[in-house]
Amino acid sequence: MKLASEQTLELDEGHVTVGQSFSDDPKMTMRNINVFYAEKQAIYDVSIDITKNEVIAMIGPSGCGKSTFLRTLNRMNDTVDGCRVEGDICMDGENLYAPNLDVVELRARVGMVFQKPNPFPKSIRDNVTYGPKIHGLADTRVDLDEILEKSLRKAGLWEEVKDRLDQPGTGLSGGQQQRLCIARAIAVSPEVILMDEPCSALDPIATAKIEELIEELSQNFTIAIVTHSMQQAARVSHRTAYFHLGKLIEVNPTEQVFTMPQHQLTEAYITGRFG
Amino acid sequence: MVKMSFENHIMKQFDDELEEIRTRLMEMGGKVEQQLQHAIRAISEADSKLAEQVIIEDRRVDAMEVDIDEACILIIARRQPAASDLRLVMMVTKAVNDLERIGDEARKIANHAIILSEENEPSVGYPEVRHIANSVTKILANALDAFARFDADAAIRTIEEDKQVDLDYKTALREVVTYMMEDPRSISRAINILWVVRSLERIGDHAKNLCEQIVFVVKGKDIRRR
Repeated sequence: MKLASEQTLELDEGHVTVGQSFSDDPKMTMRNINVFYAEKQAIYDVSIDITKNEVIAMIGPSGCGKSTFLRTLNRMNDTVDGCRVEGDICMDGENLYAPNLDVVELRARVGMVFQKPNPFPKSIRDNVTYGPKIHGLADTRVDLDEILEKSLRKAGLWEEVKDRLDQPGTGLSGGQQQRLCIARAIAVSPEVILMDEPCSALDPIATAKIEELIEELSQNFTIAIVTHSMQQAARVSHRTAYFHLGKLIEVNPTEQVFTMPQHQLTEAYITGRFG
Repeated sequence: MVKMSFENHIMKQFDDELEEIRTRLMEMGGKVEQQLQHAIRAISEADSKLAEQVIIEDRRVDAMEVDIDEACILIIARRQPAASDLRLVMMVTKAVNDLERIGDEARKIANHAIILSEENEPSVGYPEVRHIANSVTKILANALDAFARFDADAAIRTIEEDKQVDLDYKTALREVVTYMMEDPRSISRAINILWVVRSLERIGDHAKNLCEQIVFVVKGKDIRRR
């Protein structure tokens, strides 16, 4: 192992990600991913596995490509004009960029929670049951009610909203709205949940609730989270991936990244230095 | 050698705070080193005045420990240090504890110096004391030097040197026991010498701890009890 301080700050042409990028039990495998926005390259040759039931955090300065990378995992970049993704992305061995793949179904299997809570302008009940309805996961009202309760319970929101399920979701507090969005994502029984800065619009208490939830959810789901809060990455994730200028610099167990990062750029970023 | 830097934080204030605890740890190290030298001189020159001064000055060492500890707690609360910064802060909180204990041992040596100076007996056991005192003084100086330069290799060499002190300590014990058997009138004096030698050996161990902490800061490896 090379010590962080023995490395140069310059990223050489043949950059190789340091640390433990790969897994023996991968849920998703990504190989040689390059992402372009028209002419501009946003991600350079990123290869990484996401392990089953792990929480992996993506950190890095603004514009480092971590959100772009996250969005390749459920093809959210398809909706961006001029965005081109190269490389192999597989879930359980299935190519997610295969031409005949049903993208709508993919987004049910790989759910997403965004930075700002974005509940539908509908009732709490409809927010959660809409997905299961259109994906045909439940036929009867009883089945839907069961999914509704189970999802809200898993999202830690049931006790707070069980008496007002037919009131609008937008009437909830920010933290509750975010947990409603998580319940909505869970309702369609995803395998992977992507979270793009899920707490950046929340206060510390709502943040703590979401973080506790992430820990619980990791028992049933695989979670990839992008966060600007390094303390949050340190608290909730099992592995941490550090991105810098579109390159994946280091992937290592979170406890190592925050005590003894392997790469000097990771060290500079997490200690708040000029990189 | 790996170069450690605790500068270039985006928040300049954080640089200053880390530099501050580093400097204060060095100051405390210098003070403790001086306490040890004075305590040893008090024994070999039967200087009870100097010994009393060591005992009084130990309070300053204790106060330094508390101050530096507080500064470290404040840094943790305010900055949530990570990686090398975290390792440095954790190292300093442990190092001040070891330095304070070295101060305590120096004070104990000074206490024995006062008792010994009151007796007009032949200087039984002094060669042993002098020999170990020389080695331990050197080890402490090397440890502090390794900290000042964040030199993990020097720290590892110093850990090796401490092993010799442990051997010398055992030899000294045997010799002092021999004095006691040869001349029972020397027993009370020899016991005082034993305590002094024991304190010196403990100081070597604390200096060794310091070196292990330096390796932890520089390399991120915990080499205790290996």
